[in-house]
Amino acid sequence: MSDLKKIKDEFLTKLKGKLNLSEINQIKSDLFGKNGLVSSQFKKIGSIAEKERKKFASDLNLVKDELQDLIDSKINEIEKVEINKKLDKEKIDITLPERPFVRGKIHPVSQTIDEISSIFSEIGFSVEEGPDVENEYNNFTALNTPDNHPARDMHDTFYLDEKKQKLLRTHTSPVQIRTMLKDKPPFKIIAPGRTYRSDSDQTHAPMFHQVEGLHIDKNINMGHLKGCLNYFIKEFFEVDKIKMRFRPSHFPFTEPSAEVDIGYEMKDGKIKIGEGDQWLEILGCGMVHPNVLKNVKVDPTKFQGYAFGIGIDRLAMLKYGISDLRAFFDCDYRWLNHFGFDPLDVPTNYRGLSR
Amino acid sequence: MKITFDWLKDHLKTNLKEKNLLDQLTNIGLEVESVESLSADNELFKVAKIIKAEKHPNADRLKVCDVNVGEKESKKVVCGAENARDGLLTIYAPPGAIIPKTKTKLVTAKIRGVTSYGMLCSESELNLSEKSDGITELSTKYEKSIGKSYFSKSKSNLIDLSITPNRPDCLGIRGIARDLAASGFGKLLELKENKIKSKKKQTLKVKINKEKNQGCNAFGSCLITNVKNTESPQWLKDKLISIGQKPISAIVDITNYVMFDINRPLHAYDADKIEKGIIVRNSNSGEEFTALDNKNYKLEKGMCVISDHKGVLGLGGIIGGIRSGTELGTKNILLESAYFDPRSIRNTAKKLNLDTDAKFRFERGIDPLSIETGLNKAALLIKEICGGEISKTDIQKTETYKRQIIKFETNLFEKISGFKISNKELIKILENLGFKIKKDKKNFKLVIPSWRPDILQEIDVVEELVRISGYNNIKIIDPIKQRSKSTLTQSQKLFHFLQRSIASKGYLEAITWSFTDSKYNNYFKGDEKEVRIVNPISSELGVLRNSIFSNLIMYMSKNLDRGFKDISIFEIGPIFKSSNPGDQSTVVCGLSAGKKNRLSWIDNERNVDVFDIKRDVIQTLVETGYNSDKFFIDRKTPNYYHPGKSGRLFLNSGKDQVAAYFGEIHPNILKVIDIKTESLVGFEIFPDNLKIPKKTLNDQKTKFVVSDYQKSERDFAFIVNKDVSSQDLINAISVVDNELISNIRVFDVYEGENIPENQKSIAISVTIQSSEKTLNDNDLEIINKSIIETVENKTGAKIRS
Repeated sequence: MSDLKKIKDEFLTKLKGKLNLSEINQIKSDLFGKNGLVSSQFKKIGSIAEKERKKFASDLNLVKDELQDLIDSKINEIEKVEINKKLDKEKIDITLPERPFVRGKIHPVSQTIDEISSIFSEIGFSVEEGPDVENEYNNFTALNTPDNHPARDMHDTFYLDEKKQKLLRTHTSPVQIRTMLKDKPPFKIIAPGRTYRSDSDQTHAPMFHQVEGLHIDKNINMGHLKGCLNYFIKEFFEVDKIKMRFRPSHFPFTEPSAEVDIGYEMKDGKIKIGEGDQWLEILGCGMVHPNVLKNVKVDPTKFQGYAFGIGIDRLAMLKYGISDLRAFFDCDYRWLNHFGFDPLDVPTNYRGLSR
Repeated sequence: MKITFDWLKDHLKTNLKEKNLLDQLTNIGLEVESVESLSADNELFKVAKIIKAEKHPNADRLKVCDVNVGEKESKKVVCGAENARDGLLTIYAPPGAIIPKTKTKLVTAKIRGVTSYGMLCSESELNLSEKSDGITELSTKYEKSIGKSYFSKSKSNLIDLSITPNRPDCLGIRGIARDLAASGFGKLLELKENKIKSKKKQTLKVKINKEKNQGCNAFGSCLITNVKNTESPQWLKDKLISIGQKPISAIVDITNYVMFDINRPLHAYDADKIEKGIIVRNSNSGEEFTALDNKNYKLEKGMCVISDHKGVLGLGGIIGGIRSGTELGTKNILLESAYFDPRSIRNTAKKLNLDTDAKFRFERGIDPLSIETGLNKAALLIKEICGGEISKTDIQKTETYKRQIIKFETNLFEKISGFKISNKELIKILENLGFKIKKDKKNFKLVIPSWRPDILQEIDVVEELVRISGYNNIKIIDPIKQRSKSTLTQSQKLFHFLQRSIASKGYLEAITWSFTDSKYNNYFKGDEKEVRIVNPISSELGVLRNSIFSNLIMYMSKNLDRGFKDISIFEIGPIFKSSNPGDQSTVVCGLSAGKKNRLSWIDNERNVDVFDIKRDVIQTLVETGYNSDKFFIDRKTPNYYHPGKSGRLFLNSGKDQVAAYFGEIHPNILKVIDIKTESLVGFEIFPDNLKIPKKTLNDQKTKFVVSDYQKSERDFAFIVNKDVSSQDLINAISVVDNELISNIRVFDVYEGENIPENQKSIAISVTIQSSEKTLNDNDLEIINKSIIETVENKTGAKIRS
């Protein structure tokens, strides 16, 4: 009993003094080493009378724990001080630059196509595709534009053979023909893609992008067409109000045909869609001509509907304030970087098209 | 089509203003392209006379002209026109005037050291004609007008309309007036048609040859004798100038006036120059004639020509010839008013590359019933202005025009347009447009106006009704938000995923032309054959690309020239194998140039290399959902890659279709195109060759199974012949025990000292783990031995002791 108390008191006093790490370790070994004072007390347990053994063991454990804890905390304290001292010496200039990272971008046309697809997806359109090289039939004749039709003059066509049978499609409308020949009505598709015309100046590029739309079912009328485009334009430009004007026009493959203008104004050198009294033509559309439906074996007395074609590059220019069409295809690193989109910015309906 | 409100008022009674007119024209589909105010600005353009034209002291091609502009002192004007000469009457524009064609404002300027006050204008600069070689030449009649404004003081603006190709009737002012009146904009004036009253016979015989594909089916004519061709009276000149036409002589001006007024092209011949009579026939191959544009045309067989007994006089409905053209001295005239088949006109004009006002109208379809009206109107005007005597009209026909009749079910209107109009309104619109209506109960029988060749079936009538009643009556029906089919197919999803996956690795997406320079294409076409464009925009864009590299490397080079050094670009798009539709495939193609860690304070500089680009390709494919453990790579790559530093990747060792190529671009190509970079690596991924995983993302998440038993890593170093690839070793090890070997990784490759020549050492770390127990030393020893044995047997390697 007195032995334990003596050990305890003696070492508590010792541990209260200012000690360095090796002195503490010495104390630790004096107490808990193989022949340490506490260790030797444990060895005695067996020889103590049974009556007192329990009490002795319990007291011994208490002393052991108390000393052990104190030693541990002393060691911790010292280590902490030493680590802090060491860390103090490891200070660096944290304002030095990070390791370089690279950042890719999505082309504004690709981003715009994803936005368009996302909007039309919401109202049940699916995406169709067609080849860039077309035959004369799909690009013109099937679309009610026979060879001697003056409307062909409006398309400066790139040809791939002397007989003018193979060409680069001048619009995405041949995808209508391919889709309707392949399946049965109803049809509800959009078809974005590359289109080509041998025309090149400040506002025309020999290659550009269009998205075709086609909705054929029973009883689809011009009201549906207007509703669909009204919805699209509002969603695309992310505005609540839109001024839209349907204007009669002529395309051989639709009858009646219309061109659609949207209202805009210039504010501080930037175009504002949906306000003002200026008009800007953005697309052509109409009710699919019965001759076209007959060409693809759809009965025009049973099915009818609308089609539209929108210039994607132009939409991108309007929405994102890009002034020069030619720059889209010039691949200038600075331009791509400036107008490109982060690949993580995937247009979705739930989050909104753009940030 | 250029019009003025004033001219419209010859046919239309209205109190409305020009602003309303412009809106209404657009509303009914006659789109207003532009409105030009001629009156205010154009008063500045004055008739002037060059007193003296001398060579510019400092420029061979320029002249310094003293010009009399009707003021006390003459003006000095520097002029580059060859025809600027002493005594020429022309048109002068002072500083401050705005040139109609270019819309630029003139200023007093020093040209090569000589100050020029204003400018002498060409016809094209004044939008009078396409003529741009030389300044305008005015006849001596203008002598007395020097100093006066050339243009009349018309208050009417010049309105330019874009008339769609289906509306030939609106290529005449009256047609436009009729449309406007039908839409409620004023009332169409009934015009009294004066008829030729003559007892004189038309004595010049006209014959239309009966032959296959004859392009002319009616030829009306009359003779006007003893005329005195002269300058047109002011009202007629003003009229033509008001729509941007240049007056020439009374006879020509009158035929033009009738054409613009009622869309009836006419032609006037000098009757004395016609040999015996007119024969309308198909041309023979090789026949030649000189047209009024002073060009000689060699004809192919079967073109519709107007000829006499000597030869071709003109191309019917397209252009007349010099030989029979009218001049100021012309005495006797044959006036032609004919009908030519649009198809024939179009074929001929296309072959000869000819475009005229008459051709533009005939190819769209002229009113076949306007032959006589045209003759009456023009002949009487000629008599009024030039005097003379008119003969009876003579009309030769091979076909008689039949009225077109179509049945029209009135309910089709609402079915298509989605809104209703009353039958009364419907009838009013159609009648105002010139339709004759026979009603029987529900259906209408419509007689189509002869000037509307575009109306062929019921839907065309619906279009007229919607157009005139107004597109703003169409009600918006909001779309239903419902989807019955998925928006994208699996392969479209793959396209979008690859696109964004590559971009996320630091590549900027480019979109370049689908065509390219044949020279560049040759470097990258591999075994493909060139696909030529017959009519390219320029020779540098003459072929469809066989590979995206051709364009991408060209633009990479341009960007490097701009001073960028370490850049990566890519494109996803089509490449072409032939000129057959569908013979194309989609490729993701990327290029990476320069260095990693250029001038870094923290890391060592190094060039981008093949293993950077290999990582981009592999990581992209893994992100897309393919298992890289199964990838198989060999070195069979197209010749535009560095033969030693490039690879061909398959999704598995079955090698069915190439998934991707990657590697350094061949140094020879870099040399010939002179691209300035330390290193250029590229890749091509072929989405069309990637088997689309049948499983959806949902199915891919299989049961979650992992092992918590201890794993051990064992390192092996093998010495192998140089031509053995690390892939061979890995493949050998991976089949030793599928269950226990969970990872194999190459961590060192060494050649040189202590290794025999032509051999190398490859060090591999293998992770071994069981899903059932902790492996003991014995288990590990067995698998160790097995690995060494298998590798040694399969690859000829020796374990390095």
